[in-house]
Amino acid sequence: MAEERRFRSASGVPITLRRRQHSASCRELAVRGPRLQLRSLSAATSAVWLAAYGLFALSENSMVLSAAIFITLIGLIIYLHFVKIDQESLLVIGSLGIQVTSSYASGKESTVFIEMGQVKDVVINEAIHMQKVIYYLCILLQDPEDPQGISEVVPLFQSSKPRLDCLIEVYKSCQEILERRKTAPQSI
Amino acid sequence: MVLKVFFPSCCSSADSGILIGRWISEQNSAVILAVVHFPFIPVQVKQYLGEVQRVTKVSVSVLGSWSNSKQEKEESLSEFLEDLGTIFCHEPWIQISKEGDSKFWSCSTLQKHSKNPQEEEIILVYYDQRKVMLSHLHPPLDTAGQRTEDASKLSAIFDTVARSQVLFMTDRYDEGPIKLTHWQSDGVEASIIVELLKQASVPACMLLTLLLSLVSGICRSRVLKFWPLSFLWSKLSTCEQLGHRLQHLQVISSSKKAQNQNQLMRKANIFVSLLIDVALGILLMSWLYRKNRIGHLADTLIPVADHVAEELQDLLQWLMGAPAGLKMNRALDQVLGRFFLYHIHLWISYIHLLSPFIEMILWYVGLSACLGLTVALCILSDIIALLTFHIYCFYVYGARLYCLKIYGLSSLWRLFRGKKWNVLRQRVDSCSYDLDQLFIGTLLFTILLFLLPTTALYYLVFTLLRLLVVIVQGLIHLLVDLIDSLPLYSLILRLCRSYRLAAGVKFRVLEQQDGKPLRLLMQINPLSYGGVVQTYRLPTYSCYPRDSWASLCKKLFLGELIYPWKHKGDKQN
Repeated sequence: MAEERRFRSASGVPITLRRRQHSASCRELAVRGPRLQLRSLSAATSAVWLAAYGLFALSENSMVLSAAIFITLIGLIIYLHFVKIDQESLLVIGSLGIQVTSSYASGKESTVFIEMGQVKDVVINEAIHMQKVIYYLCILLQDPEDPQGISEVVPLFQSSKPRLDCLIEVYKSCQEILERRKTAPQSI
Repeated sequence: MVLKVFFPSCCSSADSGILIGRWISEQNSAVILAVVHFPFIPVQVKQYLGEVQRVTKVSVSVLGSWSNSKQEKEESLSEFLEDLGTIFCHEPWIQISKEGDSKFWSCSTLQKHSKNPQEEEIILVYYDQRKVMLSHLHPPLDTAGQRTEDASKLSAIFDTVARSQVLFMTDRYDEGPIKLTHWQSDGVEASIIVELLKQASVPACMLLTLLLSLVSGICRSRVLKFWPLSFLWSKLSTCEQLGHRLQHLQVISSSKKAQNQNQLMRKANIFVSLLIDVALGILLMSWLYRKNRIGHLADTLIPVADHVAEELQDLLQWLMGAPAGLKMNRALDQVLGRFFLYHIHLWISYIHLLSPFIEMILWYVGLSACLGLTVALCILSDIIALLTFHIYCFYVYGARLYCLKIYGLSSLWRLFRGKKWNVLRQRVDSCSYDLDQLFIGTLLFTILLFLLPTTALYYLVFTLLRLLVVIVQGLIHLLVDLIDSLPLYSLILRLCRSYRLAAGVKFRVLEQQDGKPLRLLMQINPLSYGGVVQTYRLPTYSCYPRDSWASLCKKLFLGELIYPWKHKGDKQN
């Protein structure tokens, strides 16, 4: 079963949270940001080309125009493939682990899977980001030597930066599954 | 408690039978390796599994039953399969059944000796057996070396499949008591080219080892150890590079098989790197010798050296006048300027003496480019060093003079203040000087101080020139290092067979149906290109940087000689 709710990100941009429950111990939470707008794309392209035409008028060299087209294309490809993240999702499978996926606008997906044995807890933390203080969700990884210690902090939803209300929903869903591994007699 | 069943996707359409694999009790998961079909004799199955266990050291056992019925479920078959559970007693006995072409299978477990009778959840994870068997799981780079047995659960699964290779050797066309289905059950795959290469590699390796032992014997002979020659070899970077490549060849041609993945990848990387290097070198050579370009190069070499010398002479004339409006000490200026001018004159004469032989030398030296592009680049760097030898000499003269002056000044400055440097205690102590000592000290101090700008200017100019040459040589060496250390085979493997280099796994949730177990697909998450380069980088013989920026500036200020790069064999000072 799936449900969708609208929230806002830390900078005010509207985002949607989609929750799917695949089974009793498997949940998927996906935060989707706004898609690439046509008007911002055309604005950027027109600005670059106007500048190129201006340079061409000054220098009478047609290489400037072809260079501008080349730069626009390469820049667009790099932006879509490496910068613009469309959707960030969290797949929690009790007793297997947590999988964090980021999908880029060009379709590329980068995935990290963290085994349940390494996960200590999922918490909401505060951070200073530029001039704001924002809340973010993170996974705390267990230190293999020290049972009380934390070896690494993995922040989630870094590009969409949801606000606290969205984070609380995600936190509650995760904790319902994580609690079960503590009640189980043998560790997984 | 959740039970995880790892099922190979190649067995999805297999006929009914029993499941064999490994049960990992700490993780409550069952890794299924193959399906044994009817008819079989249980004793023979147990015998076969015992043999497999002995050879592979993996505890393979019968885990459960698999029924693939094309029509509706048969009651008698299910009872028969339950009875099998009593013959091959295994806790828990897993029963998977598939009806017709349905994607959703029913999975249940039989626990005879369990204390809590609650229904446990089952997760069915499909995996591609061939890819998991061939893949190598890389631990995260920061914690490598601290991994213990229970740290990574997934590595246990990869390990199980990889070590059970002998199980996958029998296919369905073999005559035997046991009929298995696994990823190779349609026939063992092999490549003729690979087999031929394997056969040919043994004599080739032996021949190469023989040749290399001859060459290294010659290199180590006493003839080459006499002082002028050994000094020359250590200064020329071409010899370092050739020695490095010789080492590489020795690694490849050794007849010992590679023990683990790292060694195998290292050998393969060295082999591909050598191949590409030699190919590029031969390409360069063919380009140089076509249209007699090397002759043209030799013809332009002398005029270029002349031009450099003329520019230096102009520079010295400028310094001897009033450079940048500064007023120099006329006498010292003339002395230094004339000294350096005479030096340049000597250098030009030597170059002109050599000029008839340059073309022939260059022609033969250019032939050594067939040993590799790196060797050609090293030769270029050495030629630049030889041609700018006079700049190096000037830098050394200027630096020594300046260094002497600075030390003299600092010591006399201490005399001014009535202090002295105590060599025994390595500190500054106060000291009472006699009047004549003070008088002479003050005179010398004044002289040195007023001559400082002239010397400092010469030092500055020649240091800048030397740094320019060093930067050019450094760039060439950087390129050589890049070609030497880039793991090309690993990068090509990552591009073409990305499942071989795994950083981890990723799960995809497949279609679900209520009441049926959770279905997941486990895929291999390949290592990133940066991770590949970092893991499989070949070690090189030079380390950058030798000095930090702060110590470099300090050395420049004090006039100490700088050698920007060091080699691993040099002593630390």
